[in-house]
Amino acid sequence: MSTRWDSIRFTVNGQPRTVHAPPMKRLLDVLREDLHLTGTKEGCGEGECGSCSVRMNGELVNSCLVPVLQAEGAQIQTVEGLAPDLDSGGALHPLQEAFLHCGGAQCGICTPGMLMAAAQLIERHPHPSQAEIREGLAGNLCRCTGFARIFASVVAAATHAAPEQEPDAR
Amino acid sequence: MSTAATTRSQTRIVGAPVPRKEGIDKLVGRAQYVDDLTREGMFYGATVRSTIPRGLIRSIAFDPHIAWCDFTIVTAKDIPGKNHIQLIVADQPCLAETQVNHCDEPILLLAHPDKHKLLAAVAAVHIEYDPLPAVFSIEESESQKEIILGEDNLIKSFLLEKGDVDSAWARAAHIVEGEYRTGPQEHLYIENNGMIAEWSAEDGITVWGSLQCPYYVHKTLRAVFDLPDEKVRVIQTETGGAFGGKEDYPSVLASHAGLLAMKSGHAVKMVYDRMEDLAATTKRHPSRIRHRTALDADGKLLAMEIDLATDGGAYSTLSATVLSRATLHACGPYVCPNIRLRSRAWATNHVPYGAFRGFGAPQAIFAMERHMDAIAAALHIDPPIDPVELRRRNFLHQGDRNATDQLMREPVILDQLLDRALAESDYHAKRARYARENLASPVKRGMGIAAFYHGSGFTGSGELYLNSLAGVDVTPDEKVRVLVSNTEFGQGTNTILTQIAAEALGLEFSDVTMVPPDTAHIPNSGPTVASRTGMVVGRIIERACLQLLALLRESAGLQEKSTREQFFAACRRFRAAHGKVESLCYYEAPPGIHWDDATYHGEAYGAYAWAVYVAQVAVDTVTYSAEVEDFWAVQEVGRVLHPVLATGQIEGGVAQAIGYALYEKVVLENGRMANNQMTNYIMPTAEDVPPIHVVFEEIPFRYGGYGAKGIGELPHDGPAPAILNAIRDATGVPFNAIPLLPEDLFATLAAREHPENLWEPVAS
Repeated sequence: MSTRWDSIRFTVNGQPRTVHAPPMKRLLDVLREDLHLTGTKEGCGEGECGSCSVRMNGELVNSCLVPVLQAEGAQIQTVEGLAPDLDSGGALHPLQEAFLHCGGAQCGICTPGMLMAAAQLIERHPHPSQAEIREGLAGNLCRCTGFARIFASVVAAATHAAPEQEPDAR
Repeated sequence: MSTAATTRSQTRIVGAPVPRKEGIDKLVGRAQYVDDLTREGMFYGATVRSTIPRGLIRSIAFDPHIAWCDFTIVTAKDIPGKNHIQLIVADQPCLAETQVNHCDEPILLLAHPDKHKLLAAVAAVHIEYDPLPAVFSIEESESQKEIILGEDNLIKSFLLEKGDVDSAWARAAHIVEGEYRTGPQEHLYIENNGMIAEWSAEDGITVWGSLQCPYYVHKTLRAVFDLPDEKVRVIQTETGGAFGGKEDYPSVLASHAGLLAMKSGHAVKMVYDRMEDLAATTKRHPSRIRHRTALDADGKLLAMEIDLATDGGAYSTLSATVLSRATLHACGPYVCPNIRLRSRAWATNHVPYGAFRGFGAPQAIFAMERHMDAIAAALHIDPPIDPVELRRRNFLHQGDRNATDQLMREPVILDQLLDRALAESDYHAKRARYARENLASPVKRGMGIAAFYHGSGFTGSGELYLNSLAGVDVTPDEKVRVLVSNTEFGQGTNTILTQIAAEALGLEFSDVTMVPPDTAHIPNSGPTVASRTGMVVGRIIERACLQLLALLRESAGLQEKSTREQFFAACRRFRAAHGKVESLCYYEAPPGIHWDDATYHGEAYGAYAWAVYVAQVAVDTVTYSAEVEDFWAVQEVGRVLHPVLATGQIEGGVAQAIGYALYEKVVLENGRMANNQMTNYIMPTAEDVPPIHVVFEEIPFRYGGYGAKGIGELPHDGPAPAILNAIRDATGVPFNAIPLLPEDLFATLAAREHPENLWEPVAS
């Protein structure tokens, strides 16, 4: 691997950032080590588990498979960007709220990646069917929940975010 | 009972779906797992491992192309105390010194400030061996042709005897035999094992890590570093899944990180990548279980002879206790007057097998419940007896005695659980329909059941030996804190213990916090294993809270009926007089618990959780894939402390056990895991898990925390036999080994239906 370091500019959670890093450094490591955004997790390092999922230019990517040079100029969203105003009294993202109440997170290690996949899913399918939910989350492994509470969380969040679909009684 | 019993059942917070205690931190990315932490001047550590399964270490050479002066190098000679991991028997070295007994055994440790330098350095340590013959199966080990451990390769054996088996065979109307096998299973927690260690002459050693049992790690570190209690400190970081896989192994990793920290003078972080974690850490014990069963003319069990063997791997680790739990679950939830059960854990040159959710019970229950279906298929009774009726005729009931002669004092509602499971799943109607439809369809459907129990807490006298201490204190800023060494790793420890304390003290959920697990600040309330947290530790917390209320009433003027404000006012008065407000209690055994380890006789567990599971399976005879289409899990686990968390435990356990049955195969080649990647070790995904219908029947257990019994391990026990029983129902072919992959289905089904399609000729 080249020892050349480059300056790479991109936007993370709405903030313009510049990092000085080897161009082949994994986006995952740049986020965690250079930008101290440790919410994004490594599970397998080979794109199988989805724990490192982030959104890049509106696409869901495994950040362990993205060399940082590919992120030049990109818009990146991580779990830390889902509820940006939380520290100043802001609300959780509807998905976070739903995961909290429906039991969508147990050990929590897959949760940041799962939330990003779920956010992508709901953007694509505001009222996802069970089949769409299963397909949308199939690249994110959870060993704790058996996925059922995660599916329920996505349904609850979609219902919350789309009031015209709200059931009569809760 | 007293008024306490009334209030105990009319709860505000116990039984309510309060949000997970640490939930928000996990959801916003704030929760700190070990790999999220750094220490000033921190180095990174790596492990040089054996590449052969067994042999003598002849030489260790360091490739001159590496600048070794920049590395910290640790070998067994650097260990200040004992070179062993302190579990049941101290036979596992912390670092191999003269001989290796399995592949990927740690031999030498490296640390460097730049973690990117470690990979090449590990590859540049050249170890030469004089290989020794290795043993890779139960059969090779029991043949004793090569002795690899002790005098006979035997790690542990048990003999459980009841009645007179030998005279029963002559009286039997039917005798049915079967052999059942289970493979290793990987925990596949999504967070790999990881640890950070710091060392100083003044403070001794401190470790932060992903772990289940802080005091297990503490015990090993004391021995490895030859330090007194107070100079060893173990802190659990947020733990990303464990399932038993972080019960024993963290003691190894903490020792390694600690040795590098001591020698380098820097904090050292060791976090395994997935390939190293899969290759080098523990898995579920493989098993081979043989049943020979005598029945009378009515299909009632007359005698069971069981030969149960497990592969323990290269060192003893926890194999003896896993074997114990397998032994105690091997006869199922049935009445049988005559039993002889021999169980043995054999040493092999595999990576040591260890704790995994269910701890031997899933293996034993797989065999027993497949065997019950084999019996039902073999019996020719008029009127015919099906798998459901066979089980019903033999179920334990309250007042019966089980295999260890334990009297079932508490209610046993297996019939009710069975009826509910059959009704919810529409079992009989579906079975009849599939029998008709399967004739003309390439997709064969079937229904399978499993009935089982799971003992809660440590076996026999185990809880008494543990002598757990736990309790609560109240801080000057008016927070009640739960003081336990029991850890959260997703299953809900933080939430349920907070619920119990808030409930018992008449406070709100938000008034109670958990003290972070740190051996400098918490009492030893035992390990977080064996489905013991809610029942055993929960009960201690409940008692400690009631003890605190009594204390405040006696000496701080607290009234019988008091508000939250009056409670904290009483705490202030008590603190002014006594300095601190704290209430700790030791474990108290339920009455009537007598266990004889020598004869394996008596009260094996304080309580049992009971369940009947039903699987609906489709086998595609074109692709040879088997799919679980629907699943019903009906159980009685005492009081359900938290409906959402409890349901999540069952669903997660069922999904993990579906993987155990149909997907997850550890491929071992020359004793090494060949498929040590998530790419080719396949767990169920969101596309694979069926709807899982969870039903709880609640009978509060008076000696458990607010009526709870164990729940965490139970759901891993039943799915595998239920699924293979459903495949038998669908195809008419008995499969008696797991994992059952499409290639296994193909090999058998294709040979039966189209022998000409087999790639290789079938021997006739």
